Amino acid sequence: MTRDPGLQPERTRLAWRRTLLALTGVTVLEIRLALAGHAFDAVLAGLAVTAWLATLLVDWRRATGAGPRRGHRWSFPLTALAAAGMALLGVLHVLRGLR
Amino acid sequence: MGGVWEAIRRWFDPRELRSVGTTPDYRFSLANERTFLAWLRTGLALIAGGLAAAQFLPKLPLAHLREVISVALLLLGATVAVRAVDHWARTERAIRLNEELPASRFPAVLALIVAIGALLLVVAVLARGVG
Repeated sequence: MTRDPGLQPERTRLAWRRTLLALTGVTVLEIRLALAGHAFDAVLAGLAVTAWLATLLVDWRRATGAGPRRGHRWSFPLTALAAAGMALLGVLHVLRGLR
Repeated sequence: MGGVWEAIRRWFDPRELRSVGTTPDYRFSLANERTFLAWLRTGLALIAGGLAAAQFLPKLPLAHLREVISVALLLLGATVAVRAVDHWARTERAIRLNEELPASRFPAVLALIVAIGALLLVVAVLARGVG
C-alpha cells in the first residue's frame, strides 16, 4: 500500500492528542476552582477527574494509534459530553458561590 | 423530544451510521473527524475561559458581572461541544449517502455572539474608565 501523501491518519491522531490536552487543561482549571474547599466542590472535582479519566481511556487508541485503526465507538459522543460536563460543573460551582 | 433522544442514540451507536450508504474514501471521514475535534477544542477554549473568569477575575464593580461572564462562556462552550458531535454525525451520514453536506447557521451565530459579547465588555470597561 502506498503511503498517503497527506498523512491523514497521523494528522487525525495528533488532533485527538491536542484535544485531550485541551481537556486536561480544562480539568486542571476545574480542580483549581474546586480547591476553594467546600465538600460540594470536592464532589465537583471528583466528577471532573472521573470524566477526564474515562475520556482518556476510551480515546487512548485513537490518540496513540495503538491497535487497529478504529478506536472505541463511544469516542466522539463521550469526548463531547465530557467537555459539556466540565462546563456544567463550572456553572454549578459559580451558582453555588452566589449563595 | 423524540428526535433529540434519537440523535443521542445515534451518536453512541455508529453501527447504524455505518449501515447507510457506502463507505467513503477514508480521508473524507478523517477530515470530518478532524473538523469535529477542531470544534471541540473551540468549545474547550470557551469553557477554559469561563473557568478562568470564575477564579482569576477580581469581583467586578457591576453586580455579578464576573459570574455572568463566566456562566455565559461555559454555556456557550457546552453548546459548541454538543453541537460538534451532532454536526459530525450528520456530516458523516451525508458523506456516506453522497448527499449535500448539512448547512449550518451555527458558525455565524457563534461569531455574532462572541463579537457582541466582546463589544459589551468594551463598553463596560470604557464606562468604568470614564465614571
